[in-house]
Amino acid sequence: MLRPIIACSVLGAVVGSLLAGSVLFARAEGAPNTVTIDNFFFTPATTTVKAGTTVTWTNKDDIPHGIGSANNAFPKSKALDTDDSYSFTFSAPGTYQYFCYLHPKMVGTIVVEQ
Amino acid sequence: MSEIDQRDGINRRKVLECMTWCGTGVLWTIAGGVPHSLGIMGEAQAAESRGLTFLQISDSHVGFDKPANPNALGTLEEAIAKVNALPQKPAFMIHTGDISHLSKEKEFDDADHIISQSRLDVHYVPGEHDLIDADQGKIYRDRYGKAAKGAGWYSFDANGVHFIGLVNVVDLKAGGLGNLGNEQLEWLEADVKSRSASTPIVLFAHIPLWTVAQDWGWGTQDGAQALSYLKKFGSVTVLNGHIHQVMQKVEGNVTFHTARSTAFPQPAPGTAPSPGPMKVPDDQLRKMLGIANVTFKQNEQRLAIIDSPLQG
Repeated sequence: MLRPIIACSVLGAVVGSLLAGSVLFARAEGAPNTVTIDNFFFTPATTTVKAGTTVTWTNKDDIPHGIGSANNAFPKSKALDTDDSYSFTFSAPGTYQYFCYLHPKMVGTIVVEQ
Repeated sequence: MSEIDQRDGINRRKVLECMTWCGTGVLWTIAGGVPHSLGIMGEAQAAESRGLTFLQISDSHVGFDKPANPNALGTLEEAIAKVNALPQKPAFMIHTGDISHLSKEKEFDDADHIISQSRLDVHYVPGEHDLIDADQGKIYRDRYGKAAKGAGWYSFDANGVHFIGLVNVVDLKAGGLGNLGNEQLEWLEADVKSRSASTPIVLFAHIPLWTVAQDWGWGTQDGAQALSYLKKFGSVTVLNGHIHQVMQKVEGNVTFHTARSTAFPQPAPGTAPSPGPMKVPDDQLRKMLGIANVTFKQNEQRLAIIDSPLQG
């Protein structure tokens, strides 16, 4: 009785990690340096990039948003109307907290690795 | 809000009715200190000349052209036509911010062109949409804030009522709510200090001064601090916009009220994934936009506030 269950779980775990691997791969190949603003949320909430990467935020809401950073660690954007974008190139490693300066409940993080 | 009992003030049912509304404007009556919501515009006439009547409009968002209302300038024009049709002319108007959608000169021009047709003096406070030009509010301050302090706060008196316009949309902090800031709070404390406790106070600002919905940022971080300076006053009325729907709350000596937008409705807290513009069927839109009329009557405890939708 036990053996098939174990076999199944092992198989499941293998398939699961393969799927997870392919998802990670797809994200890496896609655009890990883009942040979408949708429904008053930054997606993804945390973005991890290598130093020197340009991150681009695009507003998909019907309401303008603006990108500002805690302690002005990077320059703030102008107000982004629907479909407007803002880009910034992160050269220094570190963790950057940012928020919408019009709707400050909206927060996100950029992690810049060496 | 069509049933008004001017002796008992607003009961729970009326408040709830009020909260289900979303629309055009509010008619306020200040009576002996506390504001009073009257109902629809027609009833405002009944309040008539026994006191001071003024008008509140909010959130015109001129320049907004998205599906929730492709013609925000048109609905502002309808709101002003409604003001002009009032049988009794209000003393003046307050605008609780978001005049424009993107702080463009043309949006302010268009708004001014329509609003001036009311031939009323208008006292403005900015919304966050009014301060997003390249110079962070210079256009707004040049037009509306010449006589104001700081980012645009000021006070004035009318018929024995002290009006205070505050700005809570500047220097917002990550993760936070609306923000008044220390400089403005100090000014407010000094502004009210020497006034007698019997002076009715009307405080107006864009974002609600009390927390309506924390998750959506519908509140003001240091709003309670501001209200602490007003404890001695028998009658304090707080008029806000920003949330594009009517809500009212009475707490001790303070009555809080939010007005409808003239541009587009927003969802009630918790009923949608985000507070963004709410698309409703075309025949419903004008029932969710509106104006507010407020009347102050001598020797009565409350301001009478009439929220009236553009339609229905």
